[in-house]
Amino acid sequence: MLDARDISVTLGGRQVLSPMTLSLGPGTFTVVVGPNGAGKSTLFKALTGEIAPDGGTVQLDGTPLDEWPRDRLARRRAVLPQASHLAFPFTVYEVAALGLMAGGSSLPPALRDRLPMEALERVGLDTHAGRFYQHLSGGEQQRVQIARVFCQLDAGRSDGAQQYLFLDEPISSLDLNHQMATLDLAREAARDGLGAVAILHDLNLASLYADRLIVMADGRIVADGPPADVLTTEIVRSVFKVGLTLNHVPEGTRPFALPHSVGAAP
Amino acid sequence: MTTADATLAAEARSARAGDRRARARLVVAALAVLVAVTGFLSLAVGATGFTPGTAARALLAGLSGADTAGTLANVIVMEIRLPRTLLGLLVGAGLAMSGVVMQGLFRNPLADPALVGVSSGAALAAVMIIVAGGLLPSAFAVLPQPFMLPAAAFAGGLATTIALYRIATRNGRTSVATMLLAGIALGALSGALTGLAIYASDDQQLRDFTFWSLGSLAGGTLQKAALTAPFILAALLAIPYLGDRLDGLLLGEAEAGHLGVEVQILKRVAIGLVALAVGGAVAAAGPIGFIGIVVPHLLRLVIGPRHRNLLLASALLGAALLVGADMVARTVVAPAELPIGIVTAILGAPFFLWLLLRQRALLDV
Repeated sequence: MLDARDISVTLGGRQVLSPMTLSLGPGTFTVVVGPNGAGKSTLFKALTGEIAPDGGTVQLDGTPLDEWPRDRLARRRAVLPQASHLAFPFTVYEVAALGLMAGGSSLPPALRDRLPMEALERVGLDTHAGRFYQHLSGGEQQRVQIARVFCQLDAGRSDGAQQYLFLDEPISSLDLNHQMATLDLAREAARDGLGAVAILHDLNLASLYADRLIVMADGRIVADGPPADVLTTEIVRSVFKVGLTLNHVPEGTRPFALPHSVGAAP
Repeated sequence: MTTADATLAAEARSARAGDRRARARLVVAALAVLVAVTGFLSLAVGATGFTPGTAARALLAGLSGADTAGTLANVIVMEIRLPRTLLGLLVGAGLAMSGVVMQGLFRNPLADPALVGVSSGAALAAVMIIVAGGLLPSAFAVLPQPFMLPAAAFAGGLATTIALYRIATRNGRTSVATMLLAGIALGALSGALTGLAIYASDDQQLRDFTFWSLGSLAGGTLQKAALTAPFILAALLAIPYLGDRLDGLLLGEAEAGHLGVEVQILKRVAIGLVALAVGGAVAAAGPIGFIGIVVPHLLRLVIGPRHRNLLLASALLGAALLVGADMVARTVVAPAELPIGIVTAILGAPFFLWLLLRQRALLDV
């Protein structure tokens, strides 16, 4: 289990994360939504150990994150940042292979040779393995980074322990087909027992894919639960400040939102 | 489509496209041969030229301690050219390898030890020794006179690096951007102070400093090589162990941390090793430009930016290039000599510009 207890973060004198407690377990795809500046990325950084919270602790299996050796932590969880900039002429294969680092020197050579290509196949870019990363489109680059993250999870699996996957806006540059393909990957991984967390902006995709939906605003968790419970007209209107109508897909319980104006009245 | 693209496209048909490790190993092997050939030629070429056979006989005789000491070839090969060549190989390898590390650390292919003030700090210390050295009572000269200049240069480079690191580190985190900016400021300050010192110097001191600041392997005695070799060698042997971690750092510091790299420790170790290599190199031969930036850049285009092979290949090519440049420096105006810094700049700068023009698409800084 990944447990955050009473964590708070203050940046430049402003409390960007008010004290909050949450647990992330295996087998669940959790999606975090919220307006810009709600504290989603800050929560992410605290949960992944990138920043130390000013108050409270984040524990993985009962041990605080900062007491985990970095290399062991890398085998337990992979993180896809919002944007990755590479100033060097990497090939697509080489970027995906960076994920192998998490496996350390104990990784069998056969696996080492196989995993990067398998990861690229998952995102549909195995045919691009020999091309330069910088020559790809923004969306393709994002998919290569997703492959790198999956390669890291595969390389770290030798530990056999529960793994976590953090995706910070993983589909921001993707077309609809690849948005869904990427979220499919995350959901499948969660079905296989992994704890997946993603920050998304598209409420409908969030509703469609999330097992658990967390809505954040002003550094607080406003709502947390299954999409059907969380996505209510009142919450969406007050948090995102848009006028909209919520509907439900005919045969399901998942709500979808059709926004029609900015700065909505309650 | 560039040539590099075309080559990669051809490789895309192979089983593991985009994997340049096999090619990198081939390049490393070829460069090792190049270093051996250049190093040997450097024994034969000079104001007094020998046939390769004569040079080889002199070398073998010298190494086996045979009783040929005193012949002209033996003295020149063993006492002048061998130390000079060894020093050149070490300095070239050290400069190229620290260039790779600096560029990895700053995630910027244009970073160079000279850019972050290491070289200018060393130069300031050196000019102070040249100008103020005569004024100091001999009790201050803790080392014999020939060693004062290199020792001061080394200390100056190390002090600059430590100062930079302190300035850029807050709450245990080193900001690469602050370090780059502070390095430029410190470099400017060192340059201004160097200018002041030169303003106060006499003609002889000015000539001494000018020659030193352009870089030269001319003073390469066995003693000098023995004094600086341990510093550079230690860095050359230790840096390759950082290779995989530096790969992670190219993605960004947070990303490297997520991949399991202890980023703070890595930065500290890397900075220390670079100071060791650059301080040793500047102490031995003065500030020699372009090796640290041209060599890694060229090799990245051929074998890619993964560090494991890039570090090794850069060290080898840097060594061969510097010894090659030294051969040019000591033959074109024989019996006089050109400062080697002039040769590396005249050969390096146009080549570098040509590379930039050809590969602009990949230089997305």
